[in-house]
Amino acid sequence: MHKLLNENPGQKMLLLGNEAIARGAIEAGVAVASTYPGTPSSEISLQFFQVSQESDLYFEYSTNEKVAMEVAAAAANSGVRSMCVMKHVGVNVAADALMTLAYVGVKGGMIVLTADDPYMFSSQNEQDNRFYAKLSGLPMVEPSSVEEAKEMVAYAFEISEKLQEPVLFRTTTRINHSSAIVTLGKIRTPKTKGDFVKDPFNLVTVPAVSRKLHVKLLENIEKAAELSEASPYNFITGSGKWGIVCNGVSYNYASDAVKELDITDKVRLLRVGYSYPMPEKIIKGFLKACEKVLIIEEGEPYMEEQVKAFAQEEALTLKIRGKTKDLFTRLYEFNPAQVRENIARFFNVPYTPVKTADLSSVPEVPQRPPNLCAGCSHRATYYAVKKAAEGLGTIYPTDIGCYTLGVLPPLSTADFLLCMGSSVGTSCGFSTATDKKVISFIGDSTFFHSGIPGLVNAVFNNHNFTLVILDNSTTAMTGHQPHPGVDMSDFNLTGYGRVSIEKIVRAIGVPHVALIKPYRINKSIETLKEAIDYKGVSVIISQEACTLYAQSLKKARGKPFYINEKCKNHRECVNELACPAFYIEGEKVQINADLCTGCAVCAQICPEKAIVPVRSKEKAKAKTS
Amino acid sequence: METKRLIIVAVGGQGNLLASKVLGEAALLADIPVRMSEIHGMAQRGGVVESAVVFGDAASTIISDGEADVLLGFEPSETLRALNKCNADTVVITNTAPLPPFTVAIGKGTYPDLKVVQELIRSKTAKLIAFDARALAKQAGNVMSLNMVLLGSLIQTGIMPVSADNVKEAIRTSTKKAFVDINIKAFELGFEAAATAA
Repeated sequence: MHKLLNENPGQKMLLLGNEAIARGAIEAGVAVASTYPGTPSSEISLQFFQVSQESDLYFEYSTNEKVAMEVAAAAANSGVRSMCVMKHVGVNVAADALMTLAYVGVKGGMIVLTADDPYMFSSQNEQDNRFYAKLSGLPMVEPSSVEEAKEMVAYAFEISEKLQEPVLFRTTTRINHSSAIVTLGKIRTPKTKGDFVKDPFNLVTVPAVSRKLHVKLLENIEKAAELSEASPYNFITGSGKWGIVCNGVSYNYASDAVKELDITDKVRLLRVGYSYPMPEKIIKGFLKACEKVLIIEEGEPYMEEQVKAFAQEEALTLKIRGKTKDLFTRLYEFNPAQVRENIARFFNVPYTPVKTADLSSVPEVPQRPPNLCAGCSHRATYYAVKKAAEGLGTIYPTDIGCYTLGVLPPLSTADFLLCMGSSVGTSCGFSTATDKKVISFIGDSTFFHSGIPGLVNAVFNNHNFTLVILDNSTTAMTGHQPHPGVDMSDFNLTGYGRVSIEKIVRAIGVPHVALIKPYRINKSIETLKEAIDYKGVSVIISQEACTLYAQSLKKARGKPFYINEKCKNHRECVNELACPAFYIEGEKVQINADLCTGCAVCAQICPEKAIVPVRSKEKAKAKTS
Repeated sequence: METKRLIIVAVGGQGNLLASKVLGEAALLADIPVRMSEIHGMAQRGGVVESAVVFGDAASTIISDGEADVLLGFEPSETLRALNKCNADTVVITNTAPLPPFTVAIGKGTYPDLKVVQELIRSKTAKLIAFDARALAKQAGNVMSLNMVLLGSLIQTGIMPVSADNVKEAIRTSTKKAFVDINIKAFELGFEAAATAA
């Protein structure tokens, strides 16, 4: 049985934040869940995917976040509890649905989980999605800890059903990827089938209906504000005159700091866990009891602006600070020492920071950036593309996935990136505004997610570029989730369709389409050259399974290679491919047989043909000892 | 209870996250409050994996620069890179078997001299325990048990509020059955090594 289906309420379990959130949803009787994977949210969906195979939960990997939200919105409008899960930038994709769903509302409870990523551990920006609550008018809750995250899921479903509105559930990476000991609650039996009651004059958003629905939304915001005032997740601790307002993980750093600075008796702390609408009465009362107030929040001054506005309404002139040059920044994530130091500075508390070890004489440690894996098919494709495009001064728009690592030298095959799917649309623009050759890259999952409309545009407007679709049969970057092109029998699952990328590309009417097997370097270069020479839209589909994925499915068949005595140290292998299986020993290139997957790409480019397969496993082992 | 802060640094694939999980499970068995966080960005792609384990009553799950009580490094150059997490009272435990990053192979960096690394760490912190954990892992029966070797030496220091018995029990319940014996042996070898290497 899946550990999250454990039926022993009261049992304690060590859970990752994302597991705790999934457990919270299961305890709350979620019936339909949908997602497009994105770090730091991905493990929530992985739990749902696994649990759905052993329970009544319906879960799907949707093609993108907008579709995921539409699936969940319709389920909730049929009266069942639904949840859609995405990373912060995923909400941008789903925002079109979200904004009007706020007008239409729901019948069963619905949670939209947005996993924000301050510091951009694995994201292209660090936008603060609390503003989506303000923009849409939908309630938002934000946990501070793993345990609270689990509890808050059930609460969010309750307020969603009370208000008949979806609820935004905002986490940050340090909630998603922290672990703590969680006490399991009772699992509510999900209502798996609902009914859709026709009500077009409240559910079909033509202008006349929407004018009415906007009035309803504003009334709902009032009701949501009342719930915020009464929410157990907006609470005050302490009764001093020094005010601290905080949310999310900042609450942990602030409460630890208050103890460490020994100012518990002087501080009054407001933790905001129900952050839209902000609890006006609580905040106004809080401000009146304080001499000065420090707002501690990662990201934008979301609470700060609102708290200052409340102070103005009450004609309060106390000092309220948060994001200023000498206090908190809008950049990156916070840490405990930074919060402790700023609290001490703002309230004039003596404080000696811990003295970090003196690093002055420490030599520079060589960087260890993430790299495409040994045997990664993207490396082979990039090498072939660079050879095929040699001397053309090419612009390489890229997209989001493992293959973005092509940005690093020596591959250097990434010149421009905005968001999921942007490789295709920006190729249209670059090929129009410059005379350069444009060759862009997009992964298979990203192509399904949002690459297709760009390609339709390219054909219709007759743009001139080559799009290389890197089809490695999985959503590799976020942990090998399936996508519509994947054969679900790999997961021992039946009842799924399968969509062919090649058929889509041909159906769109792309005039030049070809397939390559990237491990066959010379043939790939030849085929790529034809596509690059073509004037108009050309598409190359580069097909080779992700090597990690192939290994996990036990489908990897390659045998390791080694470098024999013919090697004359040209080092084209290391210098042009930068495969991490290479290492230098005694001025000679060697291959780590534990890492080598036997893709044989280096063997094909070695001018001396000195890279050859290891004949037996024993020999491979001998080489790596 | 007193807060104890541990930073673990490793290269993707060295089993750092399993090591933290075992510590967390051991804390659960011992009824000791524990919080952990991990940053593994693209761990499978050869990057650095850092995890923080905080025992005790603190609410924070991350550890600021200079505030680690113990730094446990699975790879010597990564231990050195994480020295900013230490202060003069920090105890550092490191594996001495290097895994040079790929940047070294392509000439974009020089791997630091291992003796210099140890001398530097020893001079800037309270104590350094350094030994070849990879060799002990092999001796235990599987090079992948390196994480358990290092857990053994961590527990030997007595700084963490979990006992060897708690950790061994957690190894039995939360690592793969086929590897439990090897893992326990690895843990014991690491425990002994720390007692003699210090």
